[in-house]
Amino acid sequence: MRINCPNCGERDRREFYVKGAALARPAADATLEAWHDHVNLRDNPAGELHELWYHEMGCGAWIDVCRNVVSHAVLSTALASAADLGGAR
Amino acid sequence: MRFSGWRVLKEGLTGNKGWAPHWRNPEPKPEYDVVIIGGGGHGLATAYYLAKEHGITNIAVLEKGYLGGGNVGRNTTIVRANYYLPGNSEFYSHSLKLWEGLEQDLNYNAMMSQRGVMMIYHNDGQRDAMVRRGNAIINQGDDAELLDVEGVRKRAPFLNFDNNRFPIMGGLLHRRGGTARHDAVAWGFARGADMRGVDLIQNCEVTGIDIDNGKVRGVQTTRGVIRAKKVALAAAGRSGQVAALAGLRLPIESHVLQAFVSEGLKPVLNHVIAFAENHLYISQSDKGGLVFGSYLDFYSSYAARGNLPMVEHTMESCLAMVPALGKARLLRSWGGIMDMTPDGSPIIDQSGIEGLYLNCGWCYGGFKAIPGSGDAYAHLIATDRPHGAATKFKLDRFRSGHGLMDEEGSGAQHNLH
Ligand SMILES: Cc1cc2nc3c(=O)[nH]c(=O)nc-3n(C[C@H](O)[C@H](O)[C@H](O)COP(=O)(O)OP(=O)(O)OC[C@H]3O[C@@H](n4cnc5c(N)ncnc54)[C@H](O)[C@@H]3O)c2cc1C
Ligand SMILES: [Zn+2]
Repeated sequence: MRINCPNCGERDRREFYVKGAALARPAADATLEAWHDHVNLRDNPAGELHELWYHEMGCGAWIDVCRNVVSHAVLSTALASAADLGGAR
Repeated sequence: MRFSGWRVLKEGLTGNKGWAPHWRNPEPKPEYDVVIIGGGGHGLATAYYLAKEHGITNIAVLEKGYLGGGNVGRNTTIVRANYYLPGNSEFYSHSLKLWEGLEQDLNYNAMMSQRGVMMIYHNDGQRDAMVRRGNAIINQGDDAELLDVEGVRKRAPFLNFDNNRFPIMGGLLHRRGGTARHDAVAWGFARGADMRGVDLIQNCEVTGIDIDNGKVRGVQTTRGVIRAKKVALAAAGRSGQVAALAGLRLPIESHVLQAFVSEGLKPVLNHVIAFAENHLYISQSDKGGLVFGSYLDFYSSYAARGNLPMVEHTMESCLAMVPALGKARLLRSWGGIMDMTPDGSPIIDQSGIEGLYLNCGWCYGGFKAIPGSGDAYAHLIATDRPHGAATKFKLDRFRSGHGLMDEEGSGAQHNLH
């Protein structure tokens, strides 16, 4: 598997650390249910999934990677800082 | 048809013409008391214990492929009860006791082999953790022995004791652990359930779960509608998808775990050996192939194959620990899809929808759980109360934070298990 880092270009999977599904973060004062949903529950689709990957051995950017989890094909990548996952501040 | 030495002898002398199929191949009936989704180890064992322990026999097990075609037939076959945390510890202890009587109970040869599981440690911290684990296992009533380096050398002289990075300091031996023939476990439970009247229905995928006023009514399948008073999930790596049919979201991500088998060799390994550093486990099958595996690939996957980086990692670890295997050829590798929960431990519980039950989240360790899980799940389905050995496997622990079972001590978070 190779991942296209928006800063560094296409790199081997081994350069990255994976965090899992890329989810919009609830506001700090959101309900317990909203946080439970965010931290624990997952859609877990057998198809396309947005995930957060960290370019640990490269530029250090967090990347929003869209991947088909059946074929392992990487479909798109974008800097996570531009993906609006941060929640209300 | 019962197996016995006499029967094997008679069939051998008469051309093996008297063996019959081990289970029927029935058409689905319109309605059952219990429908179990998934004909893997857990689903089949649940059907068996429901019939045997609770007298419920109007049951169908619905399997989208063929019996034993899922993870029950793709794992590295290790059976053990050397768990540490309360909750898991008593459950796996219960399961191992059932394994020890399983072949007699099923009248089926599952090739259960208690060859001992040896967990190797490489530094002081790991030794201290092994001592703690060993004490917990003994307190639980199971067996554990701490070995020093000579104790390990006596049992496995071919290991790389003086590896520069991972020198071997000793091991924790669990003599009652070992391996079993995974397909035979599925077949034995399938035959046992069928003999008690359970309908095993293959090539039957569940495509919908009918719920009416918060109560389950039955399922939609590729072979038509089947009504049921109770519906029980046992879909292993597909639990997230099957639960979604009932509108549920589970604390589960599906990940891939790979396994490897070498060409057949003369007997070289007596035990199952697990290395704490680098995480590698290896055993030798009765056919002679070395069976081994290591970490998950660590990202979501529904592919029954992995990726090369983990293949490379596993081979590197294998050669670092057992250099003598460098010339053995690898015959094949494969992957299986597993339900990963945030704390690495399973769920056997009610779902919140009346009559719908959950058995999922077995992560990397659900093969050894099969008899215990079948017994505990059958108890839950029949009585609506948790079985004594599985009281901690609650769905709500993730929401409340109470009773999380973080076996690896790595934190209760999805990407860590
Ligand atoms: C490589 C690998 C190594 C492992 N090694 C070990 C080990 O050494 N020791 C250990 O204890 N555990 C091990 N495990 C874990 C263990 O194999 C699993 O936890 C366990 O087998 C899962 O339960 P099961 O047997 O019921 O699953 P499965 O056999 O996968 O059963 C689930 C069944 O559900 C069916 N299904 C899914 N969706 C539907 C649907 N919609 N309708 C109908 N049917 C459906 C599937 O086809 C499948 O047959 C390993 C796993 C893997 C992948
Ligand atoms: Zn980069």
